[in-house]
Amino acid sequence: MVRTSRKIVTAGIAALFVAGLTACGGTTKDDAATGAGNQAAASADPNAKLKEGLKIAFLPKQLNNPYSDVETSGGETAVKELKGEYKKVGPNDASASSQVSYINTLIQQQQDVIVVAANDPNAVCPSLNQARQAKIKVVTFDSDASPGCRDAFINQATTQGIGESLVKMAREQAGGAGEIAILSATPNATNQNAWIEVMKTELAKPENSKLKLVKTAYGNDDDQKSFQEAQGLLQSYPNLKVIVSPTTVGIAAASRYVSSSSYKGKVAITGLGLPNQMREYVKDGTVKKFALWNPADIGYLAAFAGAALSSGQISGAEGEKFTAGKLGEYTVGKAGEIVLGPPTEFTAENIDQFDF
Amino acid sequence: MSSLATAPAAALQGLLRARELGIVLALAALVAYTAAGNPRFLSGQSIRDILLNTAILAVMAAGQAVVVITRNIDLSVGSVLAVSAFGVATLMSANPSLPIVVALLAGLAVGAACGLLNGVLVRYGRVPALVVTLGTLYIYRGVTYSWAGGQQVNADELPPHFLRFANDSILGVPWLVLIAVVVIGGVSLMMRNYRLGREMYAMGSSPQAAELAGIRVARNTIGAFLLSGALAGLAGVLFAARFGTVDAAAGTGYELNVVAAVVVGGVAVFGGSGTVWGAGLGALLLTVIGSALAVLDINQFWQQAIVGALIVLAIGADRLVAVRIAGSLRKRDSHV
Repeated sequence: MVRTSRKIVTAGIAALFVAGLTACGGTTKDDAATGAGNQAAASADPNAKLKEGLKIAFLPKQLNNPYSDVETSGGETAVKELKGEYKKVGPNDASASSQVSYINTLIQQQQDVIVVAANDPNAVCPSLNQARQAKIKVVTFDSDASPGCRDAFINQATTQGIGESLVKMAREQAGGAGEIAILSATPNATNQNAWIEVMKTELAKPENSKLKLVKTAYGNDDDQKSFQEAQGLLQSYPNLKVIVSPTTVGIAAASRYVSSSSYKGKVAITGLGLPNQMREYVKDGTVKKFALWNPADIGYLAAFAGAALSSGQISGAEGEKFTAGKLGEYTVGKAGEIVLGPPTEFTAENIDQFDF
Repeated sequence: MSSLATAPAAALQGLLRARELGIVLALAALVAYTAAGNPRFLSGQSIRDILLNTAILAVMAAGQAVVVITRNIDLSVGSVLAVSAFGVATLMSANPSLPIVVALLAGLAVGAACGLLNGVLVRYGRVPALVVTLGTLYIYRGVTYSWAGGQQVNADELPPHFLRFANDSILGVPWLVLIAVVVIGGVSLMMRNYRLGREMYAMGSSPQAAELAGIRVARNTIGAFLLSGALAGLAGVLFAARFGTVDAAAGTGYELNVVAAVVVGGVAVFGGSGTVWGAGLGALLLTVIGSALAVLDINQFWQQAIVGALIVLAIGADRLVAVRIAGSLRKRDSHV
């Protein structure tokens, strides 16, 4: 997520409450009866066929989180296409150690693949390594475990990919030339600053020479502050053409402000946002286009990567290739990282297909 | 006739002597400086934005001022705002045909219930308000988190008339601003001219004396918290309508802005003095600072430092006034 810190706090506090109220463990969603477990060959064979009937289990950070529900629903689709058995288990709280007992249970159930979003890179390591000793393939998504205890990691997007995509959208909406401004989260948010650095490098390229970045403002991921900063940008730079906001709070606040002010139609807003938050502003014409990785695709790719590992198509080494259904061909990167690709762009035409 | 002629003059003199004068001057200087640098700061759109930005803070500051005047503090207002904002947003998205009045009343009711609990705990638990409301700050926020369960209400789920309410005007004055003005005006009047208000000042000046004088301290304390809670609830409705996106983290940290507005507005933290409209001015000043710094292109790290300096300055001025009053009282005694 873009609002990582706030979401984690949200999840953490919510989870504390849920845990306190129910005082019992998690929930199990079981989709199919048990079948014979197949084990993978040790070395990679690019021509090996994907096995059918693989038991693929998803272990998100916690259950009942809308974002991870979308992720795992993509995984379920993929498992269906693979004719495998889908299973989703998970704790009710996202604490560091809460996933361990679920991993141990999955080992006993002789799953073929465990797809896990690690709540803590190290706490789950001993259990994951036990699973791998039992010839279970481990794929991480969303947040990685230490590279030593998983076979592959599905990275939702690279810093480079996001920065490039943001500049591309800004260029399109400025009509190739003009002043642009960035509305970021906090001045010391690591991911935000990394994206902004890439954007600056991109803007220095000849094809973007007519775009001028006039200011980077910080809305602190707070609605009111983001409102004020957007107002300040519009007042200070009368010729501003585009506000790029790579944070879900910032883009929603800037859109809400512009949609209700006299600047509507004169200034474009783009950046990274959630379709549900942005639907209103896309439909009223304030926002033409924004982007985010598609969480369903993360789960989908994770399931295919797991199947490819389990079938022996790949072993997790750099340079190996496999095909992930509708998403096409992927190459394993350094340290078993598989990058989902450029973010999905949302426009008035496609926004109704997404619900997250 | 002469009394009629001197009344306005006396009122003017009173105004000039008032503690609030400092805020008015600071506000005027800030606006003049910013407008000199960027004339668009005084455009219609900009003034409208500043007033709209102030409205929510000012409504909460009015309630907080009353609580602080009774020598208490209500730190739970940010969380009460969240409960109310999320509750009303959920209500409105589930029943899109409900009129705005129902939303406002629902917010007031939720806030009043939270405020009542604060008041009862402070009065009958005999626990300092700081501790009680620090506790309820987390309790109300936690309840909202567990209720929301990671969900948020988005603008496209809210009925259009609810969202329009945040931008619509009546006779050129936005509804939100009108509500804020009515709240500030009403509460100011109550505190200045009505028995209840004067009793609250007395309680803040000296709780023991107030009790001995037969003031119904319990009723008044609970009433102050009830009012603060209800107004925070009202602010929650305004928040939901204005921002259109509500999750459980709405209004996190607002309590400190509200307390800052009240203190900068000249309400003494130890109770017994200050005015509600001063707190409203404090809210306006803080908002103008936020907007002005964004326009003046000043590093935002400075913004918090400036707000902090203002608080220290306000408390310093407060202390100065108190010392001078004590001095003049002593002088008067010596004459007797």
